[in-house]
Amino acid sequence: MDRRDFIKTAGLGAFGLGGAAVGTALIRATTTKPSREVVRAKRWAMGIDLRACAQHPGCRKCIDACHAAHNVPSIPEPRHEVKWLWKATYERTFPEQVHEYTTATTREQPVPVLCNHCANAPCARVCPTGATWKRADGIVMMDEHRCIGCRYCMAACPYGARSFNWQDPRPYLHTVTADYPTRAKGVVETCTFCAERLVAGLPPACVEACQAAGFGALLFGDPDEPGAEIGRALRARDALRRSPALGTAPQVFYLV
Amino acid sequence: MADGAKVAGGLMVFVALACAPIWLVLARRSTASQPEIELPVGQKRCVESAEFMRQRHAALLVDWRDAVVREGLNRYVASDGREFRISLTGTCLGCHTQASAFCDRCHAYIGVSPECWSCHVRPSENP
Repeated sequence: MDRRDFIKTAGLGAFGLGGAAVGTALIRATTTKPSREVVRAKRWAMGIDLRACAQHPGCRKCIDACHAAHNVPSIPEPRHEVKWLWKATYERTFPEQVHEYTTATTREQPVPVLCNHCANAPCARVCPTGATWKRADGIVMMDEHRCIGCRYCMAACPYGARSFNWQDPRPYLHTVTADYPTRAKGVVETCTFCAERLVAGLPPACVEACQAAGFGALLFGDPDEPGAEIGRALRARDALRRSPALGTAPQVFYLV
Repeated sequence: MADGAKVAGGLMVFVALACAPIWLVLARRSTASQPEIELPVGQKRCVESAEFMRQRHAALLVDWRDAVVREGLNRYVASDGREFRISLTGTCLGCHTQASAFCDRCHAYIGVSPECWSCHVRPSENP
């Protein structure tokens, strides 16, 4: 065998070996998928009964339940604050509804505010990595694994419903719910309508806490489902949405 | 090729020296050093077989992550039909209670640092 033939044969042999190795790797890589079930297509919405909520001034049950379930830190510095569910004044929540005869009591009335899970969510539209997106069931979901911390979503959200982790949140957690991740410095977070509880057949933590207290100010469900309480309430009563003229179509309805 | 024998001899010595670490380990009948991991007591089988987990746990965890976060699923059916809740903290650490005595030892040995624990909680070790 001359040198030329040797190089040809050796090259072919090496190629064959390499090809076989790549082939087995590809076969392995396609056999680890978890089983897939079909998720029922639904459209989740929340109703907040402002009259029922106003009956319980100073109540923080929904906020405490949410923030405990999701390891939301209590950071005193307002610029670094992280919030999923909190209370704002009526005037700040519905600036279009306030006029010169609105009483101070109404203006100062605390209103629970959270991510509106807009049908036309501007945050999901601007996210460059797909870290936040709109699920088929209407939830604006957040995937911190993919968040690069650019904060476009925070600039896009007209409701200030998103928080950025300017620092490691763990030192600001009084108790830790081990089953739910904390976040790390550099990612944005927001309410996810308790996606992790819905998949297990549970209502959102805030709704559960409000109902457990017997206040019934928070309703949750699919308004299009026949017989659903939230659907009945939205049809029977007047409901406000935050800044409707922006065209974001919030899925959090304030029953007045 | 007058010096063929010398060249061949030299090559053999070179190959033997270059492969010395392999021969030495083989002669000692054990690998040079191995991470010692602590396995859960009283558990026979992980989610999948030990061999599968050794080779593919990273891919499995990535698939689990995508199933939960991206697709809103939370159940995994293993190849032997057993069903598991998809949860790093709940299911994996439910048996491997000391991640520092399991995950970390291999990861430190091969020099990888996955970022799981910057967000996910190790209940028995840190907040």
